[in-house]
Amino acid sequence: MERVAIIGASMTQFGQREEWIRELLAEAGIACLEDAGVDPATVEHLYVSNMASGEFEGQGGIMNALAHDLGALPAYTERVDQTSSSGGAGIYAAWRSIASGASDMTLLVGGEKMTHPSTAETTDIIASITHPCEYKHGLTLPSFAGMTARHYLERFDAPRESLGKVAVKNHKNGVDNPHAQFQKEVDLETVLESPIVADPLRLYDFCPITDGSAALMLCPESVAKEYTDEYAVIAGVAGATDTHVVHERPDPTVMGGVVESGQQAYEMSGYGPEDIDVAELHDMFTILEFLQMEGLDFADHGEAWKHVEEGRTERDADRPINTSGGLKSKGHPLGASGVAQGVEIYEQLVGEAGPRQVDADVGLCCNVGGFGNCVITTIMEAAA
Amino acid sequence: MSENENENENAMEAYRYEDGSISYPGHPLGPDGSKPVETIDLSEYTATVVTWTTSTATPPGVREPNHIAIVEFDVDGEPVRAIGQLTSGEVESGDEVQPVYVEELRDPEAGIKEPASQDWDGYRFDPV
Repeated sequence: MERVAIIGASMTQFGQREEWIRELLAEAGIACLEDAGVDPATVEHLYVSNMASGEFEGQGGIMNALAHDLGALPAYTERVDQTSSSGGAGIYAAWRSIASGASDMTLLVGGEKMTHPSTAETTDIIASITHPCEYKHGLTLPSFAGMTARHYLERFDAPRESLGKVAVKNHKNGVDNPHAQFQKEVDLETVLESPIVADPLRLYDFCPITDGSAALMLCPESVAKEYTDEYAVIAGVAGATDTHVVHERPDPTVMGGVVESGQQAYEMSGYGPEDIDVAELHDMFTILEFLQMEGLDFADHGEAWKHVEEGRTERDADRPINTSGGLKSKGHPLGASGVAQGVEIYEQLVGEAGPRQVDADVGLCCNVGGFGNCVITTIMEAAA
Repeated sequence: MSENENENENAMEAYRYEDGSISYPGHPLGPDGSKPVETIDLSEYTATVVTWTTSTATPPGVREPNHIAIVEFDVDGEPVRAIGQLTSGEVESGDEVQPVYVEELRDPEAGIKEPASQDWDGYRFDPV
């Protein structure tokens, strides 16, 4: 099986955008074609990661629309929906298309347009993924986070401030990301005194609602060498699913999809947690950064908060987490987020991360759908 | 699958599977494909609060603030968890609660889901 390379990447400005989903996807798609130096006619497969363009905008068939708008006909197209892990699932789909030999040039574009409804309406569209027994009680993704955070803090005797420090760190990183929704530092006091959203979590423990798009270009490594010497290789990628009904999990502080997909990605890549130089984790809520650090064996169960307290996840530390600013400051356009995680790791590995650059040969991204319902873990390495 | 002896029209129905495990809600197949063998009405039991939150940013048709908890029942030694609204925000993890029936937990017409696609009644948890 041929190794799968990434030879180009792009992301649009994340934030509140006037453009609609078709325009956002095209913006990232064109930028990625240019970044990779690939002719649209060369694209054989085109995947669009998106959760809810129908619900948000009433626009269906966006993968077909994008292929037409990019002049990429007659490429095979497919929309990939795995809720907020649609982007990671898109990486997995794009990887399969190359690894299987079905395509020699695959463009992946993830995007979401979601700031135009009210916050309550957008929250409801996202909450529609819940089981009926959850939905009728008014469960939202933030309320799952609040319950999980309370359990974690009580059980592991972790200080509330440790969650706030995740937000402080990721906002600090986002200052150097020109595409981030928030390029502004926040201090711990601001986080801890912001309005309560789902007790004990407050406004700054949550990612914002965001419009945006991101893209990656994938091809066989043999083809990559025709385009560039600076590329990344997908060393491992895997996805796994946990219970749909969140309370049925045996331990509220363990996301089984993170553990399973992480173990499979480690095994496929030949790397272990100790080899990961930089990671993008799905910090839709601050507590999720702890659960993923532990599920991926960066920290022992119940101890991720200590790593954060000790500064071991900062950009200048041994294993920086969310150098992009994470979902927390970069923003979280659902279908784009997993792709944007891949964009950050790619840029770190090929040395294009600018002021965010860290010393990295191997990077990992973990994209979480629902409240840990579906998870994709991807491990990339710099071209040898 | 056998029904619970004291049939309750508004039962808080959990399934017991061939492997002995119980889930709420029930699923067509349980762990590892285990088939359901009986229903159990959890409203006849009390439960313990595992964790809880008060949500102050709720979707259309949902009360605000919305007190919610994950609770754990003990059904003859077999643990089974459930989630639902609380009658009060005055709870702590570890408190004992009992299910109380509510005809409409949120406004079926206000949200994104087709009203006919699911039930809207159910149980809130009330501190004992």
